[in-house]
Amino acid sequence: MERNLTHIALFAALIAVLGLIPKIDLAAGVPITAQSLGIMLCGTVLGARRGALSVLLFLALVAAGLPLLSGGRGGLGVFAGPSVGFLLGFPVAAFVAGWIMERTTLTAGYAATAASVIGGIGVLYVFGIVGMSVMLDKTLPEAAFLAMAFLPGDVLKAVLAGLITQSLARMRPASLLSRA
Amino acid sequence: MLTLTSPVEIWAHRLPAGLKLAALALGTMGLFALQAPLPLAATAAATAALYASGGTRFATTGLRLMRPLWPFVLIVGLWHLWSADLAGGAAILLRLLSAVALANFVTMTTRLSDMIAVFQTLARPLAPLGLPPRRLALAMALVIRFIPVMLDRLDQISQSWTARSSRRPGWRVLVPATLAALDDADRAAEALRARGGAG
Repeated sequence: MERNLTHIALFAALIAVLGLIPKIDLAAGVPITAQSLGIMLCGTVLGARRGALSVLLFLALVAAGLPLLSGGRGGLGVFAGPSVGFLLGFPVAAFVAGWIMERTTLTAGYAATAASVIGGIGVLYVFGIVGMSVMLDKTLPEAAFLAMAFLPGDVLKAVLAGLITQSLARMRPASLLSRA
Repeated sequence: MLTLTSPVEIWAHRLPAGLKLAALALGTMGLFALQAPLPLAATAAATAALYASGGTRFATTGLRLMRPLWPFVLIVGLWHLWSADLAGGAAILLRLLSAVALANFVTMTTRLSDMIAVFQTLARPLAPLGLPPRRLALAMALVIRFIPVMLDRLDQISQSWTARSSRRPGWRVLVPATLAALDDADRAAEALRARGGAG
C-alpha cells in the first residue's frame, strides 16, 4: 500500500522535475522539454494503473495552482487553453504505455519504445488533436497539421524512454514494476 | 515552492474557493455556448474589468500568465486573415482568451491550501474505491516535498557528470535520476509504514 502510494507520488514529482529543467539538451543543442518523457516513463516503469494515477496526481497539482507544466505554466487556465487535449490525454497515454509494457514479452528496451510510441504519441496525439480542433474551432486535419510540429521531439523522447527503461531493467530488474 | 496565487490580495481572495470554482465552470460553459463575436467581446471586456478591479500589479501579473498563448493567437490570427473570415477568427480568439483569463483569475485569487481542500471534498465519493481524501492529501504533500529534493539530486548528478567528462550532461543523467526516484519511493514507503502507515 505505502509502496504504491510513494511510487505514484515520486513519479508525479519526476514529471514535474522533467518539465522544470530546461538545461538538459536531449539531442545536440535542441532544447526540448522532457515533460512528456516523464509521462512515458510513468507508464513504462510503473505500469498501467500506477502510471495513470501518477499522471492524474501531477495534473491535480497543476490544477490546484502549481506552475509545474513545462515553461512554468499551471493553474486552471491551462485546462481552458488550446492544449487541454494533450493534458487530458496524458493519463490515458501513461495507462496505454503501461498496459502494453505489461502485456508484451519483448525485451524491456524495445517494449518500452513501442509502448511510448503507441501510448505517448499515438494515443496522446488523438486527444491533443481533438482538443485543439475544439478549442481553436478547426477541422481535425487542420489541427493534426498544427500538432505535427511536436512530432520529431516526441519520437526522440519515445526512444529515450526506451533507452532509460532498458538501463533500469539492466541495473535493477526488480525496479521495473510494470514487469513485476 | 512558488504557487501561481497572487501575492496582491484583492476582494476575490475572500470568496470561498468552491464558489469560485463553480462560477468558473458555469462561466466557461457559457463562453462555449456563445458564437457571435459581439457578446464574446463583451465577456472579454468584463474579464478585463475583473482583472482591472485588482489594481495595476495584479493585472500585469495576469497578463504575464497569458503569455504562453501568443503562438496560438498568432496562428489563428494569420489563418483567419488568410481565409478572410475575420469575424470567426475574432470569436475564437476572444473565447479562448476569456476562458483562459477567467480560469487564471480563479487560480490567482485562491490559495493552494484552499484549492487542495476543495479537491479533497470533491474526492470524497472516491473513498469506497480505495482513495480516502487523507491519502490524496498525503500523496500531494509528498509530491510537493520531493520536487525540490529531486531537482537538487539531478543537479548533483549533472555536476558529477561534468566533473568526469568534457561533454555536457545529456539524457544519460536521467537514468540515475529515475533510479534515485525509485529508491526514494521505497525509503519513503518504509518510513511511512514505520510511522503508522498511509492511513
